[in-house]
Amino acid sequence: MTTAIFAFYLFATVLLVAAVMVISARNPVHSVLWLIVCFFNAAGLFLLLGAEFLAMLLVIVYVGAVAVLFLFVVMMLDIDFATLRSGTARYLPLGLAVAGVILAELLLATSGWVGGDGAGLATTLASAPEGMSNTQWIGSQLYTRYLFVFQAAGLVLLVSMIGAIVLTHRQRIGTKRQDISAQVARTPASAVHTAKPALGQGVEL
Amino acid sequence: MTFTGFFQTYLGDGLGWFAATLILILAIALPVMVGVAMAVYADRKIWAAMQLRRGPNVVGPFGLLQTFADAAKLFLKETIIPSGASTGVFLLAPMITFVLALVVWAVMPFDAGLVLADLNVGLLYVFAVSSMGVYGIIMSGWASNSKYAFLGGLRSAAQMVSYEVSMGFILVAVMLYAQSLNLSDIVMAQKGNVLGILNGNIFNPLLFPMGIMFFITALAETNRPPFDLPEAEAELVAGYQVEYSSMTFALFFLGEYANILFMCALIPVLFLGGWLPPLDWAPLYYIPGFVWMLAKIFFLFFCFAWVKATVPRYRYDQLMRLGWKVFLPLSLFWVVVVSGWLVFSGHFDAAPVRAML
Repeated sequence: MTTAIFAFYLFATVLLVAAVMVISARNPVHSVLWLIVCFFNAAGLFLLLGAEFLAMLLVIVYVGAVAVLFLFVVMMLDIDFATLRSGTARYLPLGLAVAGVILAELLLATSGWVGGDGAGLATTLASAPEGMSNTQWIGSQLYTRYLFVFQAAGLVLLVSMIGAIVLTHRQRIGTKRQDISAQVARTPASAVHTAKPALGQGVEL
Repeated sequence: MTFTGFFQTYLGDGLGWFAATLILILAIALPVMVGVAMAVYADRKIWAAMQLRRGPNVVGPFGLLQTFADAAKLFLKETIIPSGASTGVFLLAPMITFVLALVVWAVMPFDAGLVLADLNVGLLYVFAVSSMGVYGIIMSGWASNSKYAFLGGLRSAAQMVSYEVSMGFILVAVMLYAQSLNLSDIVMAQKGNVLGILNGNIFNPLLFPMGIMFFITALAETNRPPFDLPEAEAELVAGYQVEYSSMTFALFFLGEYANILFMCALIPVLFLGGWLPPLDWAPLYYIPGFVWMLAKIFFLFFCFAWVKATVPRYRYDQLMRLGWKVFLPLSLFWVVVVSGWLVFSGHFDAAPVRAML
């Protein structure tokens, strides 16, 4: 048990330190790298809770895909640090106010929450039954009891994906496109013809 | 008594477990490192043979010690950090590549029960670690403060993220058949799975195209030719590793080959029946499973070297086209086909989840 407690405090401490570094790092690329450390430690906390499937998913989706694209964009940005830092004093009160509101709401929500009240959370949150792994347990809940919510989340994602494609898609004019099937389908008959021009005559192309 | 139990009787629960695990980690990591050295040598010998050359033949008998000589040369050189580089990230990048390449071996089953961490989510663990592998490359590309390295890093990031998507779908098809994410269970699910006599998903007509696609995706994921755009020497000198020298370069090199070897071990586990012999025939089981596994790893490694020696490099837009327009729709469609067939043929009737519904 002590190892688990030690691991919890290790992950939690590193997570909080990394979270502070995300907002205090001067270089935005370093910020994103600290954010990745955050994700990674959050996955560690999930592991301690016995939610190995969620932990792996967090690493695969957030660390492996989302943060890579984040890093991609931030690396390519040309950022002038002087202008970024100039408005700090002006925006600080507003930012602190927003942070205070969120903190107050979080505290109210967590202190007022009662486990297992109403939504049948107590049975749902119970550990997986005998002979079933964590992953199978999540799947059996997600695809039966919460099927419609799951499908609705998928639809929201689909709409946002289409939106992103529509917003960024543009037709480039004057570019040559490669049609691989047309290239492969070419035969000598359609590509080559023999010609025997008479002396002084050109070749008909 | 188990190996860990032996240590725990002498050293106490916590310390004994720690010592036993440490020894087991070394027992995997050191052979992997020696394997990497031998793989580099085998790689060079195979290309040489295909190009009618001799290959390394000077250091040691048949040139067997060539890699060790190269390693010694690298260790003795000076580590140079470019003046414009972001020092911390620059030094961290090769370490991340190397550590991730070793860490992923923890879940690899070499024989029945011969695995360091028999995770329930082993396949997801492999996927997670291999998806993190891109950080070593993208960080080195950015931190080097050099345009060649940066271009190499960007290319690699885009390439690995693209091929991971279809790789995920291929893994889904395999895990649907095995009904498990545990690598040992996946291997055991392949015992006599085709006609009751053949061991291996590759013999299953529904999974055969997935096996071929996984091989190609593995080439792209490990930045091997014909997908070695990130380090294309003709355009980018050496891509993300241009600015690295000495040990930092050695870590990249070792990490890259350890990843290749891991892919050569993962393909047998997923498609060729892991430590099982190809035929479910009793006399073949007298050969230890470990030997079958090594033989399959070597066969896959030969295929990797074969591809490198014979296939020209892709153009970058063709690489992206193959990933997004060919592999992604094909693997997605195939997941639908496989799951449809499995539901239709009653594959999931015995699943524990069914009992609850």
